[in-house]
Amino acid sequence: MALFGSLGERLNHIFSKLTKRGKLTELEIKEAMREIRVALLEADVNFLVAKDFIKNVSEKAVGERVLESLTPGQQVIKIVNEELISLMGSENAKLEVAPNPPTIILMCGLQGAGKTTMCSKLGFMLKKQGKKPLLVACDIYRPAAIEQLKIGAKNAGVDFFEKGTINPVKIATEAVSYAKKMGNDTVIIDTAGRLQISQELMDELVKIKEAVKPTEILLTVDSMTGQESVNVATEFNNKLDITGVVLTKLDGDTRGGAALSIKAVTGKPIKFCGIGEKIGDIEPFYPDRMASRILGMGDVLTLIEKAQEAVDQKEMQKLEERLKKNQFTFDDFLLQFEQISKMGNIADLLAMVPGMAGKFNPKDVDESKIKVFKSIIYSMTKKERANPEIINGSRRKRIAAGSGRTIQEVNSLIKQFEQTKQLMKNANNGKLAKMFGRKF
Amino acid sequence: MGFLSRLFDGMLNTKKSFSEQLKYAFTGNELDQDFYDELEYVLLSSDIGAKATNEILETLKEEVKKNKIKTTDQCKNALKNVMTNILNNVEPQKLVFPCVIMVVGVNGVGKTTTIGKLAQKYDKMGKKVVVVAADTFRAAAADQLEVWAKRAKVKIVSSTEGADPASVVFDGISSGKSRNADVIIIDTAGRLHNKVNLMEELKKINRVVEREFPEADYHKMIVIDGTTGQNATSQVNLFNEAIDLTDITVTKLDGTSKGGFVISLAEEFEIPIRYIGVGESADDLLDFKAKDFVDSIFE
Ligand SMILES: Nc1nc2c(ncn2[C@@H]2O[C@H](COP(=O)(O)OP(=O)(O)OP(=O)(O)O)[C@@H](O)[C@H]2O)c(=O)[nH]1
Ligand SMILES: [Mg+2]
Repeated sequence: MALFGSLGERLNHIFSKLTKRGKLTELEIKEAMREIRVALLEADVNFLVAKDFIKNVSEKAVGERVLESLTPGQQVIKIVNEELISLMGSENAKLEVAPNPPTIILMCGLQGAGKTTMCSKLGFMLKKQGKKPLLVACDIYRPAAIEQLKIGAKNAGVDFFEKGTINPVKIATEAVSYAKKMGNDTVIIDTAGRLQISQELMDELVKIKEAVKPTEILLTVDSMTGQESVNVATEFNNKLDITGVVLTKLDGDTRGGAALSIKAVTGKPIKFCGIGEKIGDIEPFYPDRMASRILGMGDVLTLIEKAQEAVDQKEMQKLEERLKKNQFTFDDFLLQFEQISKMGNIADLLAMVPGMAGKFNPKDVDESKIKVFKSIIYSMTKKERANPEIINGSRRKRIAAGSGRTIQEVNSLIKQFEQTKQLMKNANNGKLAKMFGRKF
Repeated sequence: MGFLSRLFDGMLNTKKSFSEQLKYAFTGNELDQDFYDELEYVLLSSDIGAKATNEILETLKEEVKKNKIKTTDQCKNALKNVMTNILNNVEPQKLVFPCVIMVVGVNGVGKTTTIGKLAQKYDKMGKKVVVVAADTFRAAAADQLEVWAKRAKVKIVSSTEGADPASVVFDGISSGKSRNADVIIIDTAGRLHNKVNLMEELKKINRVVEREFPEADYHKMIVIDGTTGQNATSQVNLFNEAIDLTDITVTKLDGTSKGGFVISLAEEFEIPIRYIGVGESADDLLDFKAKDFVDSIFE
């Protein structure tokens, strides 16, 4: 399964000469670590962090006994994976709450990292938890930044505070008094993006910090950031003593090595992740998912588990048999839909797998469309379902009327059916079952 | 952990940027393994990536052998040449007017800002510019572009939030054509390249431009954040698959990032790199020059 486990495969190759029962030797580890290093670098883990990491893991791995159920390659991945997870820390998504309200959250980071969006998401999340947040616009530099936060606050259904483009330290201070007056228990301060080397702008943040004494100072980092993440994190942390990190744009296909780098240089917890453009697209940080992602396995482990649960292996094999004989029918199509529905958000998961993005169309898994399609198929006669080629114009009309759908929808289903049939025929023999049925 | 952060502190305090690290790497006089190791670290730290770094070093070693290079100074020049040669391929051709520049890229990379800079640049050159606010998705995106359009005193075509971006582009093109615009610049919503639906939307916008203004010199420019790491490749790959990119712009190079990913982009896609963003004001846009880019790395 080169698609998923390229690192796994390469490691297995390295270890192919090794007998299963042995202990990992220094030499083998060294070879394996060369691959791990490349994997980490490709994932944008900072090279110094990677170096240090590998040294530590190597020391741990030498002499370790290979578990009975695993190949040596898998054993190494297991050790590396566990080490990554423990380094990236616990699932600490909790925000500190100030003993005397309001709790003040100061957001900071580079330009374009996603602070403003994250402010509304946090506001929305806290509101759902019964809090009464106030969003404060302190980005006085970027055109329309205030307006953007204002709309975000409205979408989140939370309060909003602005003072135009006056001194941000003043805005922040006034916002806190305003919050006290208005009974807002949480204040979320959006600040302008800035480079960590900009003395003046970094001082501005320090002044805001001194003025309002935030409960949380969250550094917002784009998960696509490269080697620079350590410089950014170090400098923001030195100047502001941040309390945590927020990673954004994790719905992309980045491997996200910045997470490891930042944690390694600051020691501060990663608290939340942004996973989409919608206001609810925020989730706690899961070190285990991040680890497999950094290793280039995407969410493959979860994916495979999910797929295995959903897909009935025997049905899959039968389907393949019929495909081989070119007997793909609407009944099979229906079956496919059901399996896909069971898998739920598998398209989203697949899109996160490096190399898979763009090859899988989430439209195929659009629930409402599936419902439409199902209702149309149910309106076909048994004979039509088994012999799709007989469905002519007048039959289409009848099917449309019977299912309460339009002719266009019927046509679109039939087109999709033909495409799927072709697609599946083109897929190599046995590939389907393999794709869903085997751990790497 | 303590050790590591101290290490990084040290790195920062001595302000060991790429160039300075390079100088450090080149202070010794022997071309030994230590020297190459050091060099490798330096290249990696500029986001050139593991694979490209390896290739560059292999090529360098061949050069060193072939030309009997002995000193670190000569080696430094050879390395410069290796890198410049790769980037020479992606120096862009001049724009032909009238032209349409559609600006695309992932969220927050600097698309709108770059358009603001471009609007001023071409306006100053005496060209008639129209900007089109086709980011109808992100809150206040049109307001943001409007501020830039006002600054540059150019015409803006926009619509309401939530409007169909393709139809805004249609309006923008017709408005641009009827005013005999030389440059029509289209701002699009930031989108992650692995979102199939959003890429389909972009294809649709693209088709509108192709259909409505086939005579124009049409540029499809991706903007990449200079602090990006190896994900840049995936971004270019998928945007290119969707709309056949013609140009690349790299922003935020006024920070300490070096944007080394352009080297593998140049090798893999050969898409011209047109501009470099070096700040937040209208003048902070430079033409990409291979030699300058490499020099700036070494200086
Ligand atoms: N330092 C620096 N900042 C930049 C540069 N280009 C853009 N920015 C900043 O990056 C932030 C995001 O820029 P935008 O132009 O809004 O980015 P965008 O790609 O249009 O963002 P979306 O439309 O939200 O996807 C702003 O704060 C800009 O001022 C640059 O070259 N250097
Ligand atoms: Mg924009």
